[in-house]
Amino acid sequence: MSAGPLAQIQIRDRTGEGCVAENGFCPDWIAENLDKYWTPLLEHVYLTVVSVAIGFGIAFSLALLAHRRRWLTGPILGVTGALYTVPSIAAFFLLLPITGRGNTTAIVALVAYTLLILFRNITTGLRNVPPDAVDAARGMGMTPRQILWKVELPLAMPEILAGLRIALTTTIGLATLAFFAGGGGLGEQIYSEKAGTGGLFFKSNVVVAGSLAVALAAVSDLLVLAAQRLALPWRRTLRTA
Amino acid sequence: MTKKYPGAAEPAVNELSLEVPAGEICVLVGPSGCGKTTAMRMANRLIDMTSGDILLGGESIRTRRPAELRRTIGYAIQQIGLFPHQTIAQNVATVPRLLGWDKRRIEARIDELLELISLPREIRDRYPGELSGGQRQRVGVARALAADPPVMLMDEPFGAIDPITRERLQNEFLRLQRELRKTIVFVTHDIDEAIKMGDRIAVMKQGGRLAQYAPPAELLMNPADEFVEDFVGADRALKRLALQRVRDVDLWTAPLVREGDAVGEVRAKLADSDVDIPLLVDDAGHPLGWLADRGMTGDRVRPELRSRPEPILDVDDVLRDALGDLLAEESRYGPVTDERGRVVGVLSLDIISQALQTPASEVPSAGDVLSR
Repeated sequence: MSAGPLAQIQIRDRTGEGCVAENGFCPDWIAENLDKYWTPLLEHVYLTVVSVAIGFGIAFSLALLAHRRRWLTGPILGVTGALYTVPSIAAFFLLLPITGRGNTTAIVALVAYTLLILFRNITTGLRNVPPDAVDAARGMGMTPRQILWKVELPLAMPEILAGLRIALTTTIGLATLAFFAGGGGLGEQIYSEKAGTGGLFFKSNVVVAGSLAVALAAVSDLLVLAAQRLALPWRRTLRTA
Repeated sequence: MTKKYPGAAEPAVNELSLEVPAGEICVLVGPSGCGKTTAMRMANRLIDMTSGDILLGGESIRTRRPAELRRTIGYAIQQIGLFPHQTIAQNVATVPRLLGWDKRRIEARIDELLELISLPREIRDRYPGELSGGQRQRVGVARALAADPPVMLMDEPFGAIDPITRERLQNEFLRLQRELRKTIVFVTHDIDEAIKMGDRIAVMKQGGRLAQYAPPAELLMNPADEFVEDFVGADRALKRLALQRVRDVDLWTAPLVREGDAVGEVRAKLADSDVDIPLLVDDAGHPLGWLADRGMTGDRVRPELRSRPEPILDVDDVLRDALGDLLAEESRYGPVTDERGRVVGVLSLDIISQALQTPASEVPSAGDVLSR
């Protein structure tokens, strides 16, 4: 999470207890303990997917509501924006008394952070749909619902997916703090006091768990990007238009 | 019908009353802000009337649910509004799909329409972004025609393209209309387009009022008021000439001569003719040129030419183009040839000026002229 400790990594003794005791970067130790990252990684994926899915559901409903009643856009942006600015660790601690330690608290906080990004991108996407396409759709006899699902949402898709990518990477980053609320995830490894050193931030641990979080963010981003290219073939034609 | 927007001092459309005969093109034309588009959009309930009614085949549109009504009325607009995320085939299939046609019927209809608007079949699976402006306009028209609606609304459907392509699309559409015989409400701000496309033209002025509703020739000959006169332009006589073809007027008989004809006969012919110079033609009847006096000095005509036959006019030229050719060659008359290039008569400036006095009722609309 922080560049400080990483910058001071010294690779003196790559083997044995000495490395661990000195809190160095120890490949041997990592190789031995690699399997203990498996569960936190899955927890992390779970937190991210569930939070973004719920966040998307809420943001999508709010965006459709604001699409019908334009005046709601401002207030919704205000509330989701306020949620977004609450410092993340504070949010986890604030929720503790209400939802208790565990997944729920972590997910509630993470969902709150996705709302602004997703809502803004979905509404922007809907607003940028070419008005002549909507007029033609109406003039040809599509009902408002058909226009929404067959014309407006497909045309808003690029911006919606862009919002999804930002939400995913942001949530993967924030989920490293979920363990403060007892939500598990890779953060537990990053901040753990382990291997009998007695101190916080065991460097080997920080490097591996941190890298896993970054890799997870990169993979999820690429997945959405690939899905976007597959699902929106028409986007490739627009450059010539 | 009347449309008044809340908060507006004047209605956008003010007691407009029009009857469009089935199978004809009615053009709504006027300066911007005259309410022509608003009027058109009331016909498929994209805009609801404040008062009045619109009857389609005797039935009030108020009795129909808007979305269902619109599926039975073709709709084409200037910005086309093709769906960029759908292929051309999907775009064209929009209304048939809304109407629940089965798949095979839709596929067959798409092929039929692409052929009708002369676009290659390969274009089916392309996206609108890959097409040229003219092709997109064509697809827009095809999409409006897809479910074969008896009535169509077209708002400057050829507006956003270059003049040459526009002219071609207009001609294509008029030919199409000759077969399809749709009842069309066509909106434009361009009086030339109105004259070209309209069987009847409704000129509208500020405040959504109807200034005149008449066939093009009538509009050009007898503008109802100063506004209409200004709007159709100072060259309205010239515009009228675009409504008539050379074959529609009585031509002068040409004193045709061939090499070797008896000079005596030629002189007799000349006495009967409106033209006092003989026109030398070859054996097939193609014009060679106007004969010089020295060609008639002997017993038999010799091929001595006074001047070339230009301009040679075609029976299918509109009078305006024929007049242009005469003026360009600084000639008072010229030979007219048929499709095989044979001389059938002579057109003169006198004939053209007489044509301008033809009663409006005898002048056809451009659509009829074009398709003959």
